[in-house]
Amino acid sequence: MAVCIAVIAKENYPLYIRSVPTENELKFHYTVHTSLDVVEEKISAVGKALVDQRELYLGLLYPTEDYKVYGYVTNSKVKFVIVVDSSNTSLRDNEIRSMFRKLHNSFTDVMCNPFYNPGDTIQSKAFDTMVSAMMVQT
Amino acid sequence: MSPTQWDLPPELCCRPMAFVALTGLDVVYNAIHRAIWDAFCANRRADRVPISFKVLPGDHEYPKCRTKRTSYEWYIPKGILKTGWMNKHLNLVPALVVLFYELDWDEPQWKEKQSECATKVEIVRTSLQGRNTKVAVVLIQKKTPLPPGEDVVASERAAALCNACDLSGKSLFVLPHTDHLVGYIIRLENAFYEHAQTYYYTEIRRVKSHKEFLNKTTHQLLFVRHQFKIAFFSELKQDTQNALKYYRTAYTLVHELRAHETNMLEIKTMAGFINYKICRLCFQHNTPLDAIAQFRKHIDLCKKKIGSAELAFEHTAWMSKQFQSFGDLFDEAIKLGLTAIQTQNPGFYYQQGAYYAQERKQQAAHLCGHEPSVGYPAPDPLETPTGALDFYGQRAWRQGHQSIDPPDPEKEKNGILALQVKEREVPHSELIIALLSNAVAQFKKYKCPRMKSHLMVQMGEEYYHAKDYTKALKLLDYVMCDYRTERWWTLLTSILGTALKCSYLMAQVKDYLTYAMELVGRASTLRDDQKSRIEKNLIKVLMNEVPEAEPDCDASAVKAAHSLWSDRVALAGSNAFTIEVQHYVPFIQCKAKFLSPSFHVDNPVELHVYLRADCPHPVRFSKLCVSLSNQEYNQYCVVEGPGLEPSAQENMCLIPGKTRKYAFKFVAQTEDVGKKIEITGVDLMLGNESGRCVFLNWRGGGGDAASTHEALQATRSFKRRGRLPEQHVAWETVSIQASTMIISRVPRMSVQLHHEPPALNNEIYCMKVTIQSQEDALVRDVKLTAGLKPGQDANLTQTTHVTLTSSEMSEDSHPALLPDISVGDLQPGQRVEKPLYIRCLSTGSRIFLFHVAYAVTTTVENKEILCKCHKDETVTIETVIPFEVAVKFVSTKFEHLDRVYVDIPFLLMTDILSASPWPVHLISSQLQLAPTMAALDQPQSQVERVVLETGECASECFSLRCPPILNGTSSVASGQYVISWKRKSTCEDVPVVHTVVNLPHVLVETIPLYVHAELPSFGRVRESLPVKYHIHNRTSLVQDVEMSVEPSDAFMFSGLKQVRLRILPGAEQEMLYNFYPLMAGYQSLPSLNINLLRFPGVSSQLLRRCLPSRIFVKPQGRQDEASIAAA
Repeated sequence: MAVCIAVIAKENYPLYIRSVPTENELKFHYTVHTSLDVVEEKISAVGKALVDQRELYLGLLYPTEDYKVYGYVTNSKVKFVIVVDSSNTSLRDNEIRSMFRKLHNSFTDVMCNPFYNPGDTIQSKAFDTMVSAMMVQT
Repeated sequence: MSPTQWDLPPELCCRPMAFVALTGLDVVYNAIHRAIWDAFCANRRADRVPISFKVLPGDHEYPKCRTKRTSYEWYIPKGILKTGWMNKHLNLVPALVVLFYELDWDEPQWKEKQSECATKVEIVRTSLQGRNTKVAVVLIQKKTPLPPGEDVVASERAAALCNACDLSGKSLFVLPHTDHLVGYIIRLENAFYEHAQTYYYTEIRRVKSHKEFLNKTTHQLLFVRHQFKIAFFSELKQDTQNALKYYRTAYTLVHELRAHETNMLEIKTMAGFINYKICRLCFQHNTPLDAIAQFRKHIDLCKKKIGSAELAFEHTAWMSKQFQSFGDLFDEAIKLGLTAIQTQNPGFYYQQGAYYAQERKQQAAHLCGHEPSVGYPAPDPLETPTGALDFYGQRAWRQGHQSIDPPDPEKEKNGILALQVKEREVPHSELIIALLSNAVAQFKKYKCPRMKSHLMVQMGEEYYHAKDYTKALKLLDYVMCDYRTERWWTLLTSILGTALKCSYLMAQVKDYLTYAMELVGRASTLRDDQKSRIEKNLIKVLMNEVPEAEPDCDASAVKAAHSLWSDRVALAGSNAFTIEVQHYVPFIQCKAKFLSPSFHVDNPVELHVYLRADCPHPVRFSKLCVSLSNQEYNQYCVVEGPGLEPSAQENMCLIPGKTRKYAFKFVAQTEDVGKKIEITGVDLMLGNESGRCVFLNWRGGGGDAASTHEALQATRSFKRRGRLPEQHVAWETVSIQASTMIISRVPRMSVQLHHEPPALNNEIYCMKVTIQSQEDALVRDVKLTAGLKPGQDANLTQTTHVTLTSSEMSEDSHPALLPDISVGDLQPGQRVEKPLYIRCLSTGSRIFLFHVAYAVTTTVENKEILCKCHKDETVTIETVIPFEVAVKFVSTKFEHLDRVYVDIPFLLMTDILSASPWPVHLISSQLQLAPTMAALDQPQSQVERVVLETGECASECFSLRCPPILNGTSSVASGQYVISWKRKSTCEDVPVVHTVVNLPHVLVETIPLYVHAELPSFGRVRESLPVKYHIHNRTSLVQDVEMSVEPSDAFMFSGLKQVRLRILPGAEQEMLYNFYPLMAGYQSLPSLNINLLRFPGVSSQLLRRCLPSRIFVKPQGRQDEASIAAA
């Protein structure tokens, strides 16, 4: 399961970041922020090389010693980032994909809420619960 | 930085090359020898064989070879690899020793020289006792040698010399000292290289042969050692493929060793060495992925091999070094042409290296935090008799010891203590920063700006820990802005926290205030209690007091900072700061707006400034002033608190979360009409002049680094605030309006136009402009500008003329626009009328402008000002053509003519078709004939004083004749048709317009014979129809004419059927026929054929055109009808 899940706005500011364990929050913020370099590069590469534009999953962004960072970008250029512990070998690409799909669905629900103002930070309880279910249980 | 124990030894990192020793060369005193040596050393490029040469004296002592072991049965190895081994084979034990000796083949004292040479060879051999090192002899000769086989003496003597020195023929070389020295040297060194290869080959065989004596239980270390040696010799032999293979085996074997705390370091050290070699070779073979995979494997295998817990920092130091050296290898490969990518570049390895260096620092801080009283143990347990270790990675106090438990616990304790004490002196921060800056350089190269920023933050923090606050602030300041623009507030807050500490510790007042203001503001994610603490400090600084220390600061640093602050506080002067806040997110927000995007000059300009504080406690400010682009107005836009009255006190206090509004009002100067007034800045003064004061300066109409986005979100927001009580404004709904236009007063003047559109082309179009004052006061200096509105098609300016008097119009070239027609002063209600005459020379639509400018005095806010007002009126006028003129040529019988004949009269008909929506009065018309035309009589206008309504047509007819022309047929000009007209409705004084129509050219033809028929307009069946043909000779010659009439079904006729006659010049002949029609209707007449014998070219066809071909025949009527007809 994930150790950190983040939703980043089109303009690259965070809409939602949740991580465990909480005391290392800052480090995860940095991890997510730096991963945007790779996301940006991948997005710009999509435009160039006519890669399948329907593929939203960006795959493994970059490996660090301790974590694996995966990325996903919606058609409206909202980015999802999932950080997984490197030692967690049980998670395969398919599982990560399905996590992103779940995240995307839930995010769509948030966006459909007429009281949500796009661009504001996400404070939905339903979204929170869904994210919690995907996080490593401590 | 001096090499530390973690640095890889240079002999490991260099590229191994075959070692060849040169003896017998005197490079200091002998010029020839010097030249030879230089040829060996200079220009060692990649195309030369890889050999490292060294000049040694002839009697040099080479390292002694130990006696060969015959059995390994009782041998227990003491370590994996001796520290001196690599160096020994790189630099001490040659693969080949070359003896240089000066000897020519024709040397007179051959015998003596030969034996001297043999002795020298023998000396070298003795010192290489037991080694497989080859010996070769090079004879330096003065003469160029003859080709092989020709010099009998040479081959004899060479054989003898070989024999004497116990050399094979392949080991004897001749070096003629002639012009081609470098060429000879290259050939020599290739030969040396072959010898060296053979030497290393035998060495590899020798090491391999040991294997059969080894057993797996006691000789595990030797397996690694031997594989390493074979690989190293292979490298020396330049056989890198095999070297890689053996290194890989060695790497597997090293991890198969029984690892325990005592030998962990040795295993890791060797594993690190071998891994380095493998990665290096992989990069060299251009298989970078193999190198990366090997390195990953290496790290995975070694990550957990921490070894002694008390020396955990050694593990992290080692790990850090592993990453760093891999990063170096990677970077070197890139410099040699490898391409790296964003997600796989050396930066990641440097970064990881830095991470381990940070770990090391923490562990060191944790493990080496001894009491200061604990000194370095004596005797020094790290001291060894030789000053160096025997084996790589062993402990100095128990070298060669291979059992699980340390032999002497006391010594072990001292040794660990010694290492810990040493670790204390390591400049950790320096190491970390060096690695981080390496990583920053790499990430910059591979387009990772955020990663770069992150690393710079780490560098800044490390500088902070290293107490280099200036550098720390510089780095943090640099990246802060990136995080601010990307709106990562959590990260920004963390950076600001560090920056605040730095500025506190350096007592940098301005920086301290700036950071504190942002930290208590809305961008900060700090808890309220922290914000509250910082705000209190902020207020203290504003009161010129020393702030409380930031938490988690080093106690001694805090002490130093406190005294620095005290000095600052005591220092008088330089305590006013201006902080440009629009690049930050300060704790007070400001928005300024003009109430309207434009103000009339007779209305006061209104301006509101909204302020709001985001900090936890209320703040008081001492002055608010707005700067405008015209500084005259600044004096009206100030809030200053002189007073102690409670209302003012309250007015200047900002309650957190509440929006406060300050309204300003001033009268604009009349000179500013048409200009823009901009808010150039808003200044808010905090603190007071006596203590310390800070000006927060917002450029323009307020707003800061975060406000643009907030404004955007507010516009998207669904939230509609409910009605707020008076004076309470929802902050989000306020939008900045930083500029306003001063526009002229609304004119109170009516401008009316009387005219009858559309205008007719060329006519003098009359427009009446009526100006009436509706002002309450006397209006001065009224000026009218009228005419074509500027900025339209340039052609329109040429084809439009405007005047004030109609009579002037006859002359040409009037302007299209009449500026500043003076009208004078107007009393209230007075009206003035101005006629205007416009002539449009082309059709199409035009926009006309009527601009009335005047001055009037008015009162605003008890100030009397003279306002200039103007009223504009525009009108679009279409210009159309008044009528169309059609012209045609017809014969005297009104038959259409496409050509006319010389001297034969014809008619010119003109049709004037009115296209004007207004009646057109035709005054007269006139025909101005060209000389090629002549009128038959005096032509008189037939359309005089005719009025044409829309769609009506007036026609005229003129009888004309063409005088003779020179050649047969030509096109001639007809002349002009001038129509004088005017609009029916216009006033009498408008002059008449003359429209000239160019008549078309017409074809004129000369004919020799003119034939015309004289016949009634119709015939009747069975009634005689007399037809007379006139034939006129137009030439000056007698014409012979043959005439015949062809029969026709419709007629019977009488007269000459075929005749030949002669017509004199100018004479005319008449031919009479009586036709008798037989059928009713349009009938073809019997055709008359005329043949001119003198002009065979003139066909009868041409003549026949002059004759009628058909006639209408009426049926035979009843008798009474006939009588009526007869009557």
